[in-house]
Amino acid sequence: MTLIKTQYNRRSFLKASTLAGGGFVLGFNWLAGCTPVAEEVAEFVPPSAWFDLNAYLKIGDTGVVTIMAPNPEIGQNVKTSMPMIIAEELDVAWRDVIVEQAPLNTESFSRQVAGGSQSIRQGWQSLRMAGATARQMLVLAAANLWGVAPEDCTTSDGVITNNRGESITYGEIALAASALEVPEEVKLKNPSNFKIIGTNISNVDIEGIITGKPLFGLDVRREGMKFAVVLRPPAFGQKLESFVDTAAREVKGVTDVIRFGDKVAVLANSTWAAMKGKKALSAKWITENPLESTTYHDEELNKLLDKWTELPLRKEGSVRYDLAIADQVIERVYEAPFLPHNCLEPMNFFADVTDEKAELIGPVQTPEWTRKRVATLLGREEKDVTIDLTRMGGGFGRRLYGDFALEAAEISSLAKLPVMVVFSREDDMTAGTYRPASKYKFKAGIKAGKMTSYYLVGAGVNMDNSTRENNFPAGAVENYQVESHNLESNITTGAWRAPVTNFLAFAEQSFLDEVAATLGQDPIQFRLDLFDQAKNSPFGELGYDVEKSKGVIKLVAEKAYWGKPKPGVYQGFSTYYSHNTYVAEVAEVIMENGAPKVQKVVCAIDCGIVINPQAAINQAQGGIIDGIGHAMYGDFVFENGVPQSSNFNNYRLIRMQEAPEVEIHFVQSNNDPTGLGEPTLPPVGGAVANAIHAATGERIYKQPFVKNLKVLG
Amino acid sequence: MAIYQLNVNGKEHQVEADADTPILWVLRDHIGLLGTKYGCGIAQCGACTIHLEDSAVRSCSLPISSVGDKPITTIEGLSEKASHPLQNAWREYDVPQCGYCQAGQIMNAAAFLKNNPNPSNGEIESAMNGNLCRCGTYNRIKAAIQAAVKNS
Ligand code: FES
Ligand code: FES
Repeated sequence: MTLIKTQYNRRSFLKASTLAGGGFVLGFNWLAGCTPVAEEVAEFVPPSAWFDLNAYLKIGDTGVVTIMAPNPEIGQNVKTSMPMIIAEELDVAWRDVIVEQAPLNTESFSRQVAGGSQSIRQGWQSLRMAGATARQMLVLAAANLWGVAPEDCTTSDGVITNNRGESITYGEIALAASALEVPEEVKLKNPSNFKIIGTNISNVDIEGIITGKPLFGLDVRREGMKFAVVLRPPAFGQKLESFVDTAAREVKGVTDVIRFGDKVAVLANSTWAAMKGKKALSAKWITENPLESTTYHDEELNKLLDKWTELPLRKEGSVRYDLAIADQVIERVYEAPFLPHNCLEPMNFFADVTDEKAELIGPVQTPEWTRKRVATLLGREEKDVTIDLTRMGGGFGRRLYGDFALEAAEISSLAKLPVMVVFSREDDMTAGTYRPASKYKFKAGIKAGKMTSYYLVGAGVNMDNSTRENNFPAGAVENYQVESHNLESNITTGAWRAPVTNFLAFAEQSFLDEVAATLGQDPIQFRLDLFDQAKNSPFGELGYDVEKSKGVIKLVAEKAYWGKPKPGVYQGFSTYYSHNTYVAEVAEVIMENGAPKVQKVVCAIDCGIVINPQAAINQAQGGIIDGIGHAMYGDFVFENGVPQSSNFNNYRLIRMQEAPEVEIHFVQSNNDPTGLGEPTLPPVGGAVANAIHAATGERIYKQPFVKNLKVLG
Repeated sequence: MAIYQLNVNGKEHQVEADADTPILWVLRDHIGLLGTKYGCGIAQCGACTIHLEDSAVRSCSLPISSVGDKPITTIEGLSEKASHPLQNAWREYDVPQCGYCQAGQIMNAAAFLKNNPNPSNGEIESAMNGNLCRCGTYNRIKAAIQAAVKNS
């Protein structure tokens, strides 16, 4: 049992003072609308009163509990898993839980962000406390009623029982509990007593998803709302000079055309009319900034790779000297293109800006930051801007940026109407915040059958640091140096699922595989030896845990029967630590009609306690399939500032026929949980490339593989 | 603009729209059925899949003028009480991540299984290859379809 002070984020646990009767909420109908539980249970009786125990939860007089899902849901399943943590400590049965998406509320919730695989890791403590605090108040209220000590009471499935055998339900005691002070200290469960955490709980929105309920941003509808489709500069570096909208205004259903900045919005009564209206616009663009092409990025990044810097990000020993005296130097360059995010639900947002307030609704990973920027844009106070969250048809980093919400706010304030901004797929793909193009050059010095020096220089577009200098094999190699260079560009770039490591890991893990092969060593043993070196006599600080790193490697080697593949199957190995989670993967490739095909990936993960195994597996599989898809096919070329791909006919995403079977294994652990949205993605490109090498003898240095693999060419 | 008579999920609707308006936008913006999703608009992703009679079609590329009197079924009308074997299997396998592609996946699979109730693994893969899942839930989609085949 852990004792914890509630001072930590205490404001979340205080009752909302605006509520009548000190936390006693009159029985208005929370259950109107789409509540899966209400639909499923035929005889569901809505509570006539709700009791507000803290910002995260309310208990109905019938024992039903409403739990708020504080963080944005982008498909990482936090709308289910975060409430599970609260329900666990509250000690209620999951069937009695109704989950609601919380709006942005910085008073009550901390870090309402979906990003960096951090929702569960950073929310863990406060979610547990939210449940435990409420439980403790309920127990105290029951103990007071019975005249017994709280220690003489136990809870289970929303029922409190005392040592005399009397019992009372949470619903019955909630009124009394809601009048109590928030305790100074709460007791948390011992993980071995968890009943909900660690079990398979279905996605709370499953009913809505499989029956087509309006859950997503594009499904928001409001009285008088217009659809806005926006014409943006076709090339990065261009600005709007002038436009003609006569034809656009003649399109039936178009109600207005509004210029804002360098963009033109066409407002209409339907999405289709707005799209047609936009096509009917003609515009003149002026070039204000250089129009960059992929060939230009290529050349400039190459130049940067050849530059030694006086300020390495990390340095041990002397790489320069060691490389000079090495028996052999292996030098390789790895290259990656820009990538669009391509969330299946294109960017969109709803805004209704009036003189009094700005009401925004939609899919955004960073509601708090977005509200700040909307307030600044409109010259309003933050308290006059609200943001409600919808489910999101994917995030992958694109929805961190909120540009679409700002557009909606600006158009609505100019039009003085409620407006939904809708990106067409083409808008979404060509007005992106792309994964930056990057290149990595490695040099390894080999002496007496050992890697004695490791040099990495990275160069990326708009990347402050294109490397992760403290990642493995930092600490395991005597002479070690990592440098990074930045190429400034006017192409908007940003976080893309597992920023930096989504390609860096491929480069590192492919390179290490090649070094191991040069040394004639098994790639897994080669890494394990390096980890032992790092543990036994490290060179400098370690940015990773050696035992956890080795744990996932050993688990995956065992589960994948490493080194003993079936005839005709070729294996490739890769491991990576990112976003606080340890992952090791073995990819299996077969040759089909002369071309390599990934048929299976086995993956071992150490993410501490697994909250919801079936959802965790889904997430881990998704990261792997996403990683393979983009490594194999992802390509995005600029020609004079203009993206050359605009829709799925000229941008290839992985499809079912190319998706391998993915097998996930978790390391059993009682450590606090870490995230899963990103960590399985980085290593998979390397595992696949290494397996393709095993199958074909060909090394891959450049993504996308399909374009750069001779056996496919 | 012209007036069209549509039969959607067994209900008659009168819609005034331009002849080239894709059924996707008629469903979403005129009739208010929001379960059918927009992903690409050019028949490349399958998010907008509906049934026209018994066939799966991409509603983003089906102009209202070409529907005639053929009945339309959307995800909202696939079954009574969400009890289609595929919906049951989707529940059992907890298929979705973000969920955005899933209505289209289910509609595509439903039409496919109607024509081929006992498909091989390879047939499932090629029938579903036109439906993108950006989140990569392909393993589960396949498993759920296989389960629905067994249970129906
Ligand atoms: S929206 Fe119709 S296939 Fe993509
Ligand atoms: S579940 Fe997100 S696109 Fe399929």
